[in-house]
Amino acid sequence: MTSPAVPTVFHLRRARDLIDRHFARPLDLDTMARAAGFSRYHFARTFRAAYGETPSAYLTRRRVERAQDLLRSANLTVTEICHLVGFASLGSFSARFAELVGVPPTEYRRQQVARGGPPPIPGCFLMAWGRPRPNKPSEQPGQRSPGSAISEKRAAESDS
Amino acid sequence: MINHVSHTTVWVLDQDRAKEFYTEKLGLELRNDVVMGGEFEGAGQGFRWLTVGPTEQPGVELILADCAMGHDPETTEQVRELVAKGALGPGVLSTPDCQKAYEQLSARGVVFVQEPAQRPYGIEAVFRDDSGNVFSLTQAYHAQVAP
Repeated sequence: MTSPAVPTVFHLRRARDLIDRHFARPLDLDTMARAAGFSRYHFARTFRAAYGETPSAYLTRRRVERAQDLLRSANLTVTEICHLVGFASLGSFSARFAELVGVPPTEYRRQQVARGGPPPIPGCFLMAWGRPRPNKPSEQPGQRSPGSAISEKRAAESDS
Repeated sequence: MINHVSHTTVWVLDQDRAKEFYTEKLGLELRNDVVMGGEFEGAGQGFRWLTVGPTEQPGVELILADCAMGHDPETTEQVRELVAKGALGPGVLSTPDCQKAYEQLSARGVVFVQEPAQRPYGIEAVFRDDSGNVFSLTQAYHAQVAP
């Protein structure tokens, strides 16, 4: 009934799970590729084909998403959160955060406090769907990323 | 009208391994493991009806379904891909003690993608089954109140 071998993406997912678990560590491409059991080149190429972004872009979005989670709920400074989620410098953290979320971390926290705290959505859903959308100004209509419909829905909801 | 959820489907890559994972690692109870034999005509023949459930909740069964069940070969491969790449999440399992369950399940080799964390509705951890399905494991602050 079942095919003998698991699909290739099964191994890629193990590497993606590694990113989701250990995003705070300094993960390099070698470590991620090892988790999948692939060569660096093969890993980077197949990961992008399966998940629509490079492993390092996935890692960055995961870190920024985790930072958003902490900014919504934890009583920590922006600098503490920056290091907790795996960024080496406050400058690069703030820049990447602003690029993906649209506002800097401090402003994001202020907005969240103003709207009355964290949304009543299970954390597993936030982790799966809450990552900020990749910023692709060059993206053509009709070449939407797999998560774009959800991001747009979320944006529409938060506007209302 | 509708009063309970009784069965829900979890697509798995390998039913033998899934049976072992769900019973021996997660500690669920085996409810059914039946191969549809000669008494069934047509497409159902040869399929394996494999279900498990929590001991404390006799009315609910997870159907550990082979990705081929009811599918043509092309669809089977598509479902296998989605399961294996981690795109599917069947739902939330509840526990009276998330931290303790996390420690016990981790010791048995269950892979968690999120450690227990406090959320507005309870304490929640997230793990995967051996196929790639993701589950939330939640200790709700108010039992019976959906998060």
